[in-house]
Amino acid sequence: MSATTQPALTPVKDLAVAARLGRGRKRTDVIIRTLSLAATAIGLIFLASILITLFVKGFGAMNLAVFTEVTKPPGSEGGLLNAIVGSLIQVVLATLIGTPIGMLVGTYLAEYAQGSRFGDVVRFVSDILLSAPSILIGLFVYQLLVLPFGGFSGWAGVAALAIIIIPIVVRTTEDMLSLVPNTLREAVIGLGAPKWKMIVLVSWRSAISGIITGVLLGIARIAGETAPLLFTSLGNNAWSTNLSAPMPSLPITIYSYAGSPFQDWIELAWAGALLITLAVLLLNIGARSLLGRGK
Amino acid sequence: MSQSAMDDKTAPAARPNIGAMQARSAAELNEAKLAIRGLDFFYGAHKALKGIDLNIPARQVTGMIGPSGCGKSTLLRVLNRMYSLYPGQRAEGQVLLDGENIIDSNVDLNALRSKIGMVFQKPTPFPMTIYENIAFGVRLHEQLSKAQMDERVEWALTRAALWSEAKDRLNTSAMGMSGGQQQRLCIARTIAVRPEVILFDEPTSALDPISTLKIEELIDELKRDFTIAIVTHNMQQAARCADQVAFFYLGELIEVAPAGQLFTAPKHPKTQEYITGRFG
Repeated sequence: MSATTQPALTPVKDLAVAARLGRGRKRTDVIIRTLSLAATAIGLIFLASILITLFVKGFGAMNLAVFTEVTKPPGSEGGLLNAIVGSLIQVVLATLIGTPIGMLVGTYLAEYAQGSRFGDVVRFVSDILLSAPSILIGLFVYQLLVLPFGGFSGWAGVAALAIIIIPIVVRTTEDMLSLVPNTLREAVIGLGAPKWKMIVLVSWRSAISGIITGVLLGIARIAGETAPLLFTSLGNNAWSTNLSAPMPSLPITIYSYAGSPFQDWIELAWAGALLITLAVLLLNIGARSLLGRGK
Repeated sequence: MSQSAMDDKTAPAARPNIGAMQARSAAELNEAKLAIRGLDFFYGAHKALKGIDLNIPARQVTGMIGPSGCGKSTLLRVLNRMYSLYPGQRAEGQVLLDGENIIDSNVDLNALRSKIGMVFQKPTPFPMTIYENIAFGVRLHEQLSKAQMDERVEWALTRAALWSEAKDRLNTSAMGMSGGQQQRLCIARTIAVRPEVILFDEPTSALDPISTLKIEELIDELKRDFTIAIVTHNMQQAARCADQVAFFYLGELIEVAPAGQLFTAPKHPKTQEYITGRFG
C-alpha cells in the first residue's frame, strides 16, 4: 500500500442536523406510505365490489339448466349449453392454431434474430399487435374471412382469437427463452449439437413451464374476448357446432343478454359472467403454480 | 501429417480407441495437436487477439494465464469455433488441428466440436437426468445400443470420478447435484463424446477448494488420453496442473514455457510482474 493523502482531521458530525434530516425522512415516509395504502384500498374496493356482485348474482342465477339447456326465447327455461360449447370450440381451436405459430416466432426472435433488423421489426409489430384494440382484429378478420366468404362463421371467430393469442405467446416465448443462460446453449453447441437440436432439447425444455404459463394466460385473455367475435362468429341462439356457420359463445351471449329487458336473460348473463371469471381464475392459478414449480 | 491419418480423424467411427491412443510412441507425444499460427481475433472492430503463435502439444496440459480481458478465454473459444455462434466475431490466421485449418469457413462445426470438447466456468447440467446428460452428446455422433450406451455412460462417469456418487441416481435430475458434482458431470459429458482435445475455461472458479482439488486431479489423470488446454485465473492451479504455461497480456502472447520454468525463471519482465502479483 502506498501512502495516500489522508485528511488530517475527521470532520465533526453535527448531531442536530442529522436528527432534523432524519425527522424529514420519516415524515416523507409516512406520507408516501399513506398515499400508497389509500391507492391500494381504492383499487381493491372496486375490484371487491365487482367480484362480490358477480358472485352473489352469478351463483343466484346458477342452476343445472345453465349447463344442460341451450339458449331459448325469454320466458322459457333456457341455459347456456350452446354458448359454453361454442366458446370451448373456438378457444381451443384458436389456441391450437396460435400457440405453435407464436412459439415459433418467439423462438426465431430469441434464438436466431439477435441483433438483426428484421427481428427488431418482427418484435415491434408483435408488440403493437399485443396492445391493439381487439375490435380492430375483429374488423380485420371481418374483411378477410367474413365478407369474401359470404357470412359470419365459427372459423372467422377462431381466426380472430388466434390472432389475439399469437403475440401473447410470442412475447412469453421470447422472454422465457432469453432467461435460458447462454452458457447452457454453448454447452450444447460445444458437444457438437446442431442448433435446432439445442433449441428443441435444451432451450425449450428449460423454458417450457414459462411458455405454458404464457399460453394459459393467453387462453384466459381470449376466453373473455367479446369485440373480435361480434364481427366474426356473431353468435347463435341455437345449438351449433358447425364452424362454417355463425357460432355461439359465452361473451357474445352475455353481451346480448345483459342488455336485454328480460329478467331471465339477465340472470343467465350473470351466470355466464361468473363461469368465465371462474375459468379465467382457474387458468391464472394454474399458470402461477406452474411458474412457481418451474423456478 | 499423412492423408490417411487425417481421414482417420474425420470419421468418428474409425477413431482409434483410448487404449490405442496410450500406446502411441513417445515421439508423437511431443507433436503439436493444435498449432496456432498468426491468429488475430475481432469482436466487431475491437481486436482482441494479436498475432498469436502457440503450439498445444498432444496429451499435455497447456495452461493459459493472464489478467482479465487479456484474451485467454477468447483464444479458447476460437479453438472450438464457439465464436461462430455470434455474428460480428471473426478470426483470421490459422489454427491447425492435426494439420487441418479449423478457422476455414467450410469446416463442419459439429464434427469439429465432437473432436474438441469444452468445459465451462459454471457447471451447465442440462435439465435432464444424469444418464441423459451424458447420452445426449453421444447420440449426436454415434448410434449405440442400450447396452453399449449404458457402458459408455458408466465409462464416462468413472473417468470423471463420479461413478460411485452417481450410479444409484442415474435417472434423477442432474440439477439436484452439488456444484462440484455438476462440474464433474460436465466433464463426463464431454469425454463421453470421446474428443481428442478438451478445453477447460476456468473450470473451478465457481467451486469450493475440495471440489477444485478433485477436478485438478481429474485433469492430471485425463491428460494420459486427451490433449488439454485450461484457462485459469489461479496461478497455483496453472503451476499444479499444466505442463506448459502461456502468459497473455492485452491480446498478445507474451511468453510460453514449461510450467516450472515460467513460474521460477520467466524471461519477460511482464510475466515476472504478473506472477509476483504486481498487477492483474
